[in-house]
Amino acid sequence: MSLFEEAILPHVNAAHNLARWLMRNDADADDAVQDACLRALRFFGGFRGGDGRVWLLAIVRNTCYSKLKRNRVNESQTVFDENLHWHDSDVSGPEAALLRNIDAAALQRAVEALPEEFREVIVMRELEGLSYKEIADVTEVPIGTVMSRLARARGRLQRALHTETSEKR
Amino acid sequence: MTCNEARSLIHGYVDGELDLRTSIELEQHLGECASCAREYEAVKALRSALRQDLTYFEASDSIKRQIRSSTRAAIRAEARSQSRRTITPYAWRWPAAIAAILLLGFGLRGMVSGPPSMSDALGREVVASHVRSLMANHLTDVLSSNQHTVKPWFDGKIDFAPVVLDLAAQGFPLIGGRLDYIDGHPAAALVYRYRLHIINLFTWPAERAADTKPSLATREGYNSVHWTEAGMDYWAVSDVAAHELETFAQLVREGGASLSSAQRG
Repeated sequence: MSLFEEAILPHVNAAHNLARWLMRNDADADDAVQDACLRALRFFGGFRGGDGRVWLLAIVRNTCYSKLKRNRVNESQTVFDENLHWHDSDVSGPEAALLRNIDAAALQRAVEALPEEFREVIVMRELEGLSYKEIADVTEVPIGTVMSRLARARGRLQRALHTETSEKR
Repeated sequence: MTCNEARSLIHGYVDGELDLRTSIELEQHLGECASCAREYEAVKALRSALRQDLTYFEASDSIKRQIRSSTRAAIRAEARSQSRRTITPYAWRWPAAIAAILLLGFGLRGMVSGPPSMSDALGREVVASHVRSLMANHLTDVLSSNQHTVKPWFDGKIDFAPVVLDLAAQGFPLIGGRLDYIDGHPAAALVYRYRLHIINLFTWPAERAADTKPSLATREGYNSVHWTEAGMDYWAVSDVAAHELETFAQLVREGGASLSSAQRG
């Protein structure tokens, strides 16, 4: 087994999970992971040991973003995104109701509906268990930004779930 | 602490990312402010729901296979195109040229100083690995001039403990270590420097237990010194002059011997 395979292949699941959450469908996620691994191979000379997972996730993320950007240009029209119409600049806003029984399907939908910069921090933090520092390394933003994005992402999820529960009633 | 500050810090708190002092201040606030305490419970509940219920999309076996085969194909294609090109990249052309000139002087000596290497193929493989380490810009997995950092790095990665020496005083500073794969088994590659030259010292458990004296060989403009000692095979490869590489080999042998006698003593 080559050094590359040893350092990178153990993280293919993590790579795929992030790609699948960013691309939102299996075919695009598979494409993105495969492209990302080939890019990782090309850049492997720049990998100085350390955490292969963070290194690979950063490449996966860049690959996904360039694909998404290309798709958006092709679509020519911005899809109406209800998330853009949320006013969430203030985390401390109205008191969030404590959701006692969170419905798994609703939760899945709510995360899928998050804008990418919020979706990715939720996925990396809650599913991948990355630290703020590791997320900051993958996304190339300061650690403080990671915390505020997580705060806003969770705030959005709470509101989305709350809306969904109250609509059912 | 204001509620506004607390609302954001709650997230750092549930993620275990706050320093002790901020944690204590937040805990104090949560004890005094019912509204923020409720928010804290809400964030915790959301977080455990996310961890429990959110789908983790693992890669399918077929995509894993595809990735393995496409990266292997790319590695092979790269190796082919590099062997068609000149072997050395820019930075190493000069030292290589100098080494080639020196070889005119030392090469002959190398050939008469001992019998031809018993394993020519192995020698080629070691030299190729040395060249690859320079070319692929992947010289070290662990970058440290401290032998006490480099040696433990190999623990658990290989089933033997390589001798890692500090030879800076003798002019051969340690740069780091790398895991390599030679002749079908894992090898420790210790990277030393001599002036502007890189020396790769490959080592792995020997198949034949008998010690052999260092023997010098030259291939493709690189010198290599091979010896077997205390059940370990050693290959030092570099473009430094042959006698300097032999000096290095001698230092490693002496260093290794004094280490093992120190361990016995």
